[in-house]
Amino acid sequence: MKFLVSRYNPESDADPYMQEFDVDVTRGMMLRDALLDIKRQDESFAFRHSCGEGVCGSDGVNVNGTNKLACVTPISELKEPIEVRPFPGRPIIRDLVVDMTQFYQQYKAVKPWLVRNDPMPEQEILQSPEERDKLDGLYECILCGCCSTSCPSFWWNPEKFHGPQALLTAWRFLADSRDQASDERLDSLEGPYKLFRCHTIMNCVEACPKGLNPTKAIGHIKNLMLKNAV
Amino acid sequence: MALNKRRFDALIIGAGGAGLNAAIQLADTDSRVAVVSKVFPTRSHTVAAQGGVNAALANVLPDNWHWHMFDTVKGSDYLGDQDAIEFMCREAIPTVYELEHNGVPFSRLDNGKIYQRAFGGQSQDFGGAQAARTCAAADRTGHAILHALYQQNVRARTHFFDEYFATDLIRDDEGAILGALILEIETGEPLLIEAKATVLATGGCGQVYRTTSNAHINTGDGTAMALRAGIPLMDMEFFQFHPTGIAGKGMLITEGVRGEGGYLVNKDGERFMERYAPNAKDLASRDVVSRAIVTEVKEGRGVGPNADHVLLKVDHLGEEIVSKRLPGIRESGKIFAGVDAVREPLPVFPTAHYVMGGIPTDPYGRVLVPQGTGEEVVPGLYAAGECACVSVHGANRLGGNSLLDILVFGRAAGLDVIENLRENKNHRPMNETSVEAAMARLTRWDQKGEGISVSELRDEFRKTMEDHAGVFRTEEIMNEGVEKLKALRDRLPEVRLSDHSKVFNTARVEALELENLFDTGISIAYSALMRKESRGAHSRPDYPGRDDANWMKHSLYYRKDDRMDYKPVRTKPLSVETFPPKERVY
Repeated sequence: MKFLVSRYNPESDADPYMQEFDVDVTRGMMLRDALLDIKRQDESFAFRHSCGEGVCGSDGVNVNGTNKLACVTPISELKEPIEVRPFPGRPIIRDLVVDMTQFYQQYKAVKPWLVRNDPMPEQEILQSPEERDKLDGLYECILCGCCSTSCPSFWWNPEKFHGPQALLTAWRFLADSRDQASDERLDSLEGPYKLFRCHTIMNCVEACPKGLNPTKAIGHIKNLMLKNAV
Repeated sequence: MALNKRRFDALIIGAGGAGLNAAIQLADTDSRVAVVSKVFPTRSHTVAAQGGVNAALANVLPDNWHWHMFDTVKGSDYLGDQDAIEFMCREAIPTVYELEHNGVPFSRLDNGKIYQRAFGGQSQDFGGAQAARTCAAADRTGHAILHALYQQNVRARTHFFDEYFATDLIRDDEGAILGALILEIETGEPLLIEAKATVLATGGCGQVYRTTSNAHINTGDGTAMALRAGIPLMDMEFFQFHPTGIAGKGMLITEGVRGEGGYLVNKDGERFMERYAPNAKDLASRDVVSRAIVTEVKEGRGVGPNADHVLLKVDHLGEEIVSKRLPGIRESGKIFAGVDAVREPLPVFPTAHYVMGGIPTDPYGRVLVPQGTGEEVVPGLYAAGECACVSVHGANRLGGNSLLDILVFGRAAGLDVIENLRENKNHRPMNETSVEAAMARLTRWDQKGEGISVSELRDEFRKTMEDHAGVFRTEEIMNEGVEKLKALRDRLPEVRLSDHSKVFNTARVEALELENLFDTGISIAYSALMRKESRGAHSRPDYPGRDDANWMKHSLYYRKDDRMDYKPVRTKPLSVETFPPKERVY
């Protein structure tokens, strides 16, 4: 099967270019397997990957125009020729490897940790199954970046707009019955950019390999802000 | 060009559960701490742990740490050190509560407490009825824990070196560890990090086998660094094959599936574990279940066109239980086996999963080496997590004890580093000879010209390990294996890179990882060849019985001359009576 893969080595190339590879595709093969085969053909080809089962979030790439996690993307679902590029909008370090610094900075900016002001109990903080259910669809995020790097608002304002990933995380803590920093969290999301640059384009929902819905989470944050403002 | 240097009080190599739990202890002190990880921290393989973490919280059924301790000693086939096991089982309880306080989204019971599920090899009342001891966040417990620990380290402003690859420890003539040589992957520049204390928390080495549940990054980096620094590895022959990897692929299907009521069947639809473990059945210890599956297939009762696997039945549990408790497994089954577990059974076969052995440490994470008739601490060096051997798992690890091990001993190592830094205010003088040796190993890969490729030698090596150091091991198979591995090792100097660029050169990283795979894998094969008994995961048809008189001892493998040494098992616990060796039945 024919693959077109984006190549760029800053030491020798002025610009990225597409290179063609032939890969023998076998039944059940994932896109990551094909990229590994290409690396066997040319060891200078660089991409990030690790667990191979969709939990570490290393191998997000843009394939035929959509962001996907290579290790859980069956080749059989892709149209030939398969064009593999780095995430859009991020500075390219080499081949498919991009600089994700701004993505991580936005994640860190939403204070992604549980805040408790009360003294900790000796045992667990109690949480009902219903309260815990509210975290389903939020905590499973693997920080692969497929969502934020498919978001036009994040492409234009990656330094000011938190992006879908960070906002999903913000809601993950707002939705946690154990967290005691709701007011501070909401206050810090005020302003025209951090949260409100989301124009519900919903590329993030389509891109998420874990089936999560950042747009919905953003909607929940906006509703909570409105409720608190009344 | 001069080598870049940085100085820290403590250097932690690896950012999985052990490294991050060590780092968080140090984060709230005045010490300057560097955490070096070859991947962004949440990509560490702790993220893939599914089933849960053991602690005798007694949220579901009666429980206490002493029962947990008994199960762990028995599970270890009496090779685990009972002082370390007592330490771990007692510490389990506050450790899990601390995790919960740190934000881990555990599944919950109706009364609001942490959900606990049944797992293999766990009992109430010293071998009685099945226990419910494994604290779970659905079937994504490792992910939930790793992310929460990373988040707490972000809060504490831990200094991370993301995508930096540690290549070698630096040591002085007395054997004290002075830090490590690190390669910045993005620029290809080496960096010398000097530290008063260095913690190896580099995880496992499952990539030494061809079919494994382990990630691409699990290449035995820390164990190989220790070997090259003259430190022996302990009990490396004990490698766990998880019974239920997706057949032909190796991805993990958690033991939690059987904990929730799933069971194994052969081609006749027979629930065959009833023959091998009449009481515990599918929840017998992992070594027992893996051998049963391999035996079924060998004796012609396998399933599929090649009769090369068995089936894991889940569909009888119903969609609600599967979606609620095992959502990740349902997803993996669909993606990798094309099977919806709610409707059809999953094709499974054992997969290389976990190394019980590792760098010998005491319960405070301090690395120990033989000295005279006893042992002494390697100054400045700690190890914790899968790369270490405390030893709490002995010859076979129980499910749910691995997350526990990394958390308890990562924490203990972090706390001991704090003590250590109080007493050792100054850096020892740098040893340029050791730095030069480490640099030489790095620059060796600048050699140009024709040669063998990394991937060719790596494929041969991993296949040889799979064929000769697998579930069943005879003298003949292993002798042949060791000879083949030595021949492959002799070809390592002929390997050449074709890519000599600097920026994000993953070929160079894989070459360095290949050397680590060789050092670590050969320690497994040698230690296995030498142990002439069957115990836990080490199963020898030519020596089918456990031989306590001659072999109730820990192996130590040294890289120099592939030398073996042995040391006694620590059978005396901290506060309770010893559990004497008994026949191990489930």
